[in-house]
Amino acid sequence: MSRSSRGRFAVVLLAAVYASAVLAGFLAPYDPVEQNRLLAFAPPTRLHLVDDSGRLHLRPFVYALVPRPGTFDVYDEDRSRPYPIRLFPNGASYRLAALIPGDRHLFGVDEPARLFLMGSDEYGRDLFSRLIHGTQISPVAGLLAACLAVSVGLVIGGVAGFYGSVTDQVLMRVAELVMAVPWLYLLLALRAALPLALEPIHAFLLVVVVIGVVGWARPARLVRSVVLSARTRDYVLAARSFGASDARVLRRHVLPEALGVALTQLALLVPQCILAEVTLSFFGLGVGEPLPSWGNMLAGVQRFHVLASYWWMFLPGLALVPLFLIYYAVTDVLHRRLVLRSP
Amino acid sequence: MRENRPVTARGYPLPVAVALLLGTLAFAWAADGGHARAAQAEEFLVATHEVGRHGGQLVVTQRSEPRTLNPVIVADVPSREVINLTTGDLIHVNRETQRPEPALARSWTVSPDGRRTTLTLRRGIRFSDGDPFDADDVVFSFEVYQDPKIDSPQRELLSVGGRPIAVRKIDQYTVQFDLAEPRAVGERLFDTVAMLPKHRLEPVFREGRLAEAWRLGTAPSDIAGLGPFRFQQYVPGQRLALERNPHYWKTDRAGGRLPYLDRVTFVTATSEDAQVLRFQAGEADVLARVGAENFAALERDQASRGYALKDLGPGLEYSMLFFNLNDLTEAQSAIAAKQRWFGLTAFRQAVSAAIDRDSIVRLVYRGRATPLAGHVTPGNRLWTNGQLRAPARSTARAKELLRQAGVRTSAGGQWVDAQGQPLEFSILVNASNPVLNAMATIIQSDLSQIGLRVRIVPFEFRAMLDRILNTHEYEAALLSLGGGDGDPTSEMNVWLSSGPQHLWHLGQKSPATPWESEIDRLMRAQATMLDPSARKRAYDRVQQIVADDLPFIFLVSPNVLVGSRRDLGNFRPAVLEPQVLWNADELFWRRPSPGPSR
Repeated sequence: MSRSSRGRFAVVLLAAVYASAVLAGFLAPYDPVEQNRLLAFAPPTRLHLVDDSGRLHLRPFVYALVPRPGTFDVYDEDRSRPYPIRLFPNGASYRLAALIPGDRHLFGVDEPARLFLMGSDEYGRDLFSRLIHGTQISPVAGLLAACLAVSVGLVIGGVAGFYGSVTDQVLMRVAELVMAVPWLYLLLALRAALPLALEPIHAFLLVVVVIGVVGWARPARLVRSVVLSARTRDYVLAARSFGASDARVLRRHVLPEALGVALTQLALLVPQCILAEVTLSFFGLGVGEPLPSWGNMLAGVQRFHVLASYWWMFLPGLALVPLFLIYYAVTDVLHRRLVLRSP
Repeated sequence: MRENRPVTARGYPLPVAVALLLGTLAFAWAADGGHARAAQAEEFLVATHEVGRHGGQLVVTQRSEPRTLNPVIVADVPSREVINLTTGDLIHVNRETQRPEPALARSWTVSPDGRRTTLTLRRGIRFSDGDPFDADDVVFSFEVYQDPKIDSPQRELLSVGGRPIAVRKIDQYTVQFDLAEPRAVGERLFDTVAMLPKHRLEPVFREGRLAEAWRLGTAPSDIAGLGPFRFQQYVPGQRLALERNPHYWKTDRAGGRLPYLDRVTFVTATSEDAQVLRFQAGEADVLARVGAENFAALERDQASRGYALKDLGPGLEYSMLFFNLNDLTEAQSAIAAKQRWFGLTAFRQAVSAAIDRDSIVRLVYRGRATPLAGHVTPGNRLWTNGQLRAPARSTARAKELLRQAGVRTSAGGQWVDAQGQPLEFSILVNASNPVLNAMATIIQSDLSQIGLRVRIVPFEFRAMLDRILNTHEYEAALLSLGGGDGDPTSEMNVWLSSGPQHLWHLGQKSPATPWESEIDRLMRAQATMLDPSARKRAYDRVQQIVADDLPFIFLVSPNVLVGSRRDLGNFRPAVLEPQVLWNADELFWRRPSPGPSR
């Protein structure tokens, strides 16, 4: 695959991820908050093609799980009846993009069988449905927060590097201050100042703003160093001697130099922002239970007993690895398109 | 005068009763015989456990490093754990039977009015530095604990009726304690009040520097105690080691002096997971306070790794949900509006009926917990009210109770109160406690089944306590409380309407409700009753009131889960703290070589 087609492929995949945020209710087989208390920590449901009597089914099917008596997390398949996988069954009601109501799902099985593609969590909630619904929260919040941080960083770093002297000194000292501030205590104070219970949408915006405000200093310093060297380049001096205004020189000649750094920072910050959600949840600032945020799903894995006993709890985490690779690929494409202007 | 026998064998299964009886006889023989022979012969306490072998060391993990070796000022759990092994008390509550037993005091008498206790000390016993222990040390110790300048955490417990206990030396081995008013806990007062060596601490006490004495950096030879072990070495960031006290005052049935172990080493493992991993790897010999999930993970390779786990059944800890019923300020009108229904018993009963406690037990504790009806858990064998039953989940009954509380369903199917305000509230929960968060998630789902919308608000713990205790800026909260020594008097701070931990409604000048007023009366009465059965009746009634009026909605009591190396003898963990090390003097290694050379 050539570099450009690889880039295009990455962009298509990323678009698909964000599209799944819109279509989450339809793509996920279950309601992400529905608890099946008798199916806690159920492993991924096994798909079958051949039943007990040796008959081959054209349509894959599953068996219902029954908890083994006296155990907490051991299940047996009830092989008395196969449940074929259905396309477009009726199920839990949802709203697409918070607007269009519906209750049809892409796939599913009849009750009482359950189709847990990635297994279930400690309350018997379907991990796959939670992962899909999580796309409405985490990658969006992560991207917005990272964009906010990088944009602020680009402006402040650009101005500091371009004007130098006192402006530079002041802005960079502020950036150092931001990096040195014990944020945890400020977050505590911030939480105390906010209302007791936050609406999910407010919590979401808060996550974006907090991460953006905390995260701008590092990109700003990087951008500044690039701008500092760019403004003394010959073509910048030439533009100035032709009478170009500061704004034009910044926009046309200097900031594009820094764009590469900014995009790389963006690609690095998105995953960090998703993980930062976990810390924010600790202070009651994140998107809380029962909403499926990826950060909270990842936090659940960081416990010894989960680590030791339930491998499928890692599947959502593994699913994020290709996503982060896609982010790198996309920023790579953007970098080449916007900065290097190569096809 | 009534004479207190050390152990009563009543109510025990026959083998235990026989063992206890033999122990009592052996004790009586040793005590009287010793007395008759010579004043300076050591009057040993003869323990009744299995006779073990000497040698070896025990490695124990702690969540954080101990801070001090000074029993007068100790406040943190790790230091307390160490000091329990280096000090002795006059009368000790047996963690297994939950009853007081003679320790440094050989026997005691209580006057009929319950205000005077006279203790007879063991003769001829010595501190770990070899110096003798007698009544002067006892009088000195109580002077130190009751000194307002030092302000020991024990001082509050040792003042009765607002006045300190008067301690008087009768002779070298007899001390008399006079209380301002009768105290039902009686002998329990003396438990874990460590006796101090006057010969070592008096000079620093007179100079007013006792609070600074006995730090971790103090030379081991400057520290002396009456516990089974004595301080040997502290390596900052690595370990704290105790060695066997050669002058300890207990022997086994065969006459061998306790303790058996040569050394106890404390190392730090900062989280439960870290403790579990070290225990699993064989780097620690005992494990306490382990969560049900880790317990289940450890259970699987119990046999191959050479450790044994024990589920001791319900402990004294209980979890509960409660609503903010405090008097609020003008600015808190939003919460005050909700208090119109928080304050209704029927509303709280509805919430209680909607909660699926069995699911909490199953999902959060893997079945290793007990649903609760009241605050005294089944683990508190002496005081629990056996008549109370945890409510079974019933959504129909919960809805019926909500209707009784005067709320109705609006057009949208949501419950609204008389003012048309929807019934929804938030639950404050400690963000760093996964167990309580899991409970909150289950409760949220349960309450949504009866149409109550609940938001979970995870908070950093200290910020949460500030809201509960000081600002009252919360609607409901989920907490877990541990239960002291299990005696009702240790719960006074929670149940008295003026108590500092009367969490749902703090700072009451007079009881806000008739039932709180009745609880006040009963709690005050039981504290001075000398008849145990009358006390039990009073406390049973308190439990009944609390279960009916539900200032706390009780959830579950987790089982006490512990583990040890399989070849650790006399390992008999108890639900009372310190759960695994309370009989450290009796622990021994069954393996032939004296312990691993770690």
